[in-house]
Amino acid sequence: MAIIIDSDTTVLVQGITGYQGRFHTEQMLKYGTRVVAGTSPGKGGQKVAGVPVYDTVREAVEQHHPVASILFVPAQLGKEAAFEALEAGIKLLVIISEHIPLHDSLEIMSFARAKGAKVLGPNTFGVISSGRSKIGIMPNQFFQPGPVGVVSRSGTLGYEIVGALRAAGLGTSTVVGMGGDRVVGLNFMDVLREFEQDPETEAIVLIGEIGGTAEEEAAAFIKEKVGKPVVAYIAGASAPPGKRMGHAGAIIERGRGTYAAKVAALRAAGVKVAELPQEVPSLLKKLLR
Amino acid sequence: MRLYEYMGKDLFRTYGIPVPQGVVATSPAAAELANMKPPVVLKAQILSGKRGKGGGILFASTPQEIKAAAERLLSAPINGYRVNKVLIEERLDIARELYLAITVNRSLQAPVILASAQGGMDIEEVPAEAILTRPLEVAIGLPSYAAREVASFLALPSELKPEFAALLQNLYRLFREKDAELVEINPLVITTNGQLVAADAKVIIDDDALFRHPELVRVEEVSEAEAKARQYDLAYVELDGDIGVLANGAGITMATLDTLQYYGGRARNFLDIGGGASVEKVAAALEIIFASRPKALFVNIFGGITRCDDVATALVEVKKRHGLPVPVVIRMVGTNEEEGVRILRANGLDAYTRMEEAAQKVVEIAENAA
Repeated sequence: MAIIIDSDTTVLVQGITGYQGRFHTEQMLKYGTRVVAGTSPGKGGQKVAGVPVYDTVREAVEQHHPVASILFVPAQLGKEAAFEALEAGIKLLVIISEHIPLHDSLEIMSFARAKGAKVLGPNTFGVISSGRSKIGIMPNQFFQPGPVGVVSRSGTLGYEIVGALRAAGLGTSTVVGMGGDRVVGLNFMDVLREFEQDPETEAIVLIGEIGGTAEEEAAAFIKEKVGKPVVAYIAGASAPPGKRMGHAGAIIERGRGTYAAKVAALRAAGVKVAELPQEVPSLLKKLLR
Repeated sequence: MRLYEYMGKDLFRTYGIPVPQGVVATSPAAAELANMKPPVVLKAQILSGKRGKGGGILFASTPQEIKAAAERLLSAPINGYRVNKVLIEERLDIARELYLAITVNRSLQAPVILASAQGGMDIEEVPAEAILTRPLEVAIGLPSYAAREVASFLALPSELKPEFAALLQNLYRLFREKDAELVEINPLVITTNGQLVAADAKVIIDDDALFRHPELVRVEEVSEAEAKARQYDLAYVELDGDIGVLANGAGITMATLDTLQYYGGRARNFLDIGGGASVEKVAAALEIIFASRPKALFVNIFGGITRCDDVATALVEVKKRHGLPVPVVIRMVGTNEEEGVRILRANGLDAYTRMEEAAQKVVEIAENAA
C-alpha cells in the first residue's frame, strides 16, 4: 500500500532537460520510479536517460498517460507549468521549485481544487514510498521500507530524522514533503488522514516548524481522527518573531505561529513532542511496543 | 518588501482609494515650505510598527509648529530607525475608525478580507469575534456582494455602502495586481462630513514577485551582511548570540539553532547554504559569519544534494587563505562523508557524526571563550 504513490505510479518530468531535471530523473529511475515521459519546450523528440521528451504535457499525456508530474521549472514559469499539467489531466503535482510568487501559488491551488488534483509543494522535496517509488529530490540511500509514516515541512530536517530512524532500525512507509512555502497544497491533515488508513503505517512522525497554524490544525485533527501513535518535532524553538527563517513560511507573524503554541496544541492532542531531532526514534520505539 | 506609508498611499491614490491630502518632506525647511494648511499631522516614515507610541506621530497647528515637529522627527531615531522622510497630512475630523485589510490565509490557500468596526488600534488587541474574516476565491475575485457583506458587518450607513464597496474592490485589485502579501488600512476613517479616507497604509509586496514589478521603488532595510548573503543566494538572519552557524536546509538550520539553545548556547546567526552549494558559496558564507565576530563556529552538514567534500574543501580553502579566526566544530554526515572527513583531517580539522555531541562541544567552547 503506502500512501500517495506506489510502484505503479506513472510520472512525467516537466523541465526534464535542465540540470536538475536530468539529474533527478536518473535518480528516480534508479530508485524504481516509473518515469514515462518528460517535457521541455523546443526539445521534443530528444531522450533523457532513455525517457522520451515532448514539447507539451498534452502530447506526453496522450502517449504515456502519466498520473503524476514533477516540476523542475524556474519559479517564474511555475504557474504556467502547473496549469499545463492540470489542464492535461494530471492528478498529482509535485512542485519542487522554490520562490514561486505567492499569488501564483494561490491560483495553482484554486485550479487544482477545481480539477480534483493533489499538489505537493511548492518548495518540497517530494514524496517517497520506501523501496517502491519516489517523486522528488531526496537522496535514495536514506529510505528503507518500514512501519513509520513521515510528513515534514522541511527537506534536510526530514532526512536527518529519517536517518536517525534508520540508525535505530526503523524504516519508513511513505515520507511526504509538504513544502516550506506559505501556501502549499496537501497539508498535515490530508497526509495524516491517509496514514491513518494505510495498513502498512503503524506510527506517524510529524515534522513541523514555526509559522502558520498547520501544526495546530493537525493537532485538532489527531485528537479527533487519528488512533495511531504520533511523534512530532517542531523546528524554530529559538527563532525570534518577525524573521523569516530560510523558508518563506517559517515566520512568526503578528504573534501567531509560535513554537510554544504548536507544541502545546500537539501535546494536548496526545502527541509526543521531541525536544531534539535525535529523540524521535526513542519516543517512537516506546509507542510501538 | 514592506512599503513606506507614503508609497502605499501613492499606490492607493493610483487605485482610486481616497487618502488625506499630504506631502513628503525631507527637511524641516521643506516641511515649512510645503504650504500645508494647519492643522496637520506629521508622520515619521519608518517601517516599524507602534510608531505612534515611539513618538513618530506629531500634530501641528501653525507653520512654526510644523517646522519644529519636522525637526524633532528628523533629528533622532524612532524605535531604533533613522527618519529620512516625514509625511505631512491634513488633519481629519474623525467620526468613526474602521479596520480593513486583505491578506493570504495559509490554511484556506486563499485571500481573505479582514474587517472590524474597531479600527485605529493594534488589530492584535481586537477580540476575534469583532473581526470579520471573509475568504475569497481567486477565480471569482471580489464580487460586489462580498463587499456588501463586509459593509453590513461594519454597520455602515447605507449612503456610504456603494463608496465602501468600490474602495474595497479597488483595494483587492491593488492586492492582486501588485502581488501584495498584505494591504491594510488602519484606520479607515469616516470623517464627520461622511467621507471615507484611508488614514494609514500598510502594503507588503511578495519578494518572490518583485521581478515582475519594475515600477515599484525598492525599499531596502537590510544590513551589509544581509545584502551580501542575498547576493550569494544564502538565507541569512542575524541573531544576538555568540555561536556562528552554517548549515544546509532551512529546517535543519533552525533545528541546529534550537539544539544549541537546548544545551545553553545561543546562535549568532541563521545561515542556510541551501542545496548543492559550491565551494565559492560556502567560502562567502564563512566570510559573512566571521565578519559578525562569533566566539565559535558550528558547521552542521547533512549531505544530500550538498556534498560533504565540497563543504570540507571550502573550509580548508578559507583556512589556508585567511586562517580560521575562531574555533570551528564540524558535524558532517551524508553524501561523500568519508571524503569530506578525510579532507578535514588532512588539514588539521575533524568532524563529529552526531549533531547533539557537536552542539554540546561548541557550546562549551563558546562559554570558555567568554
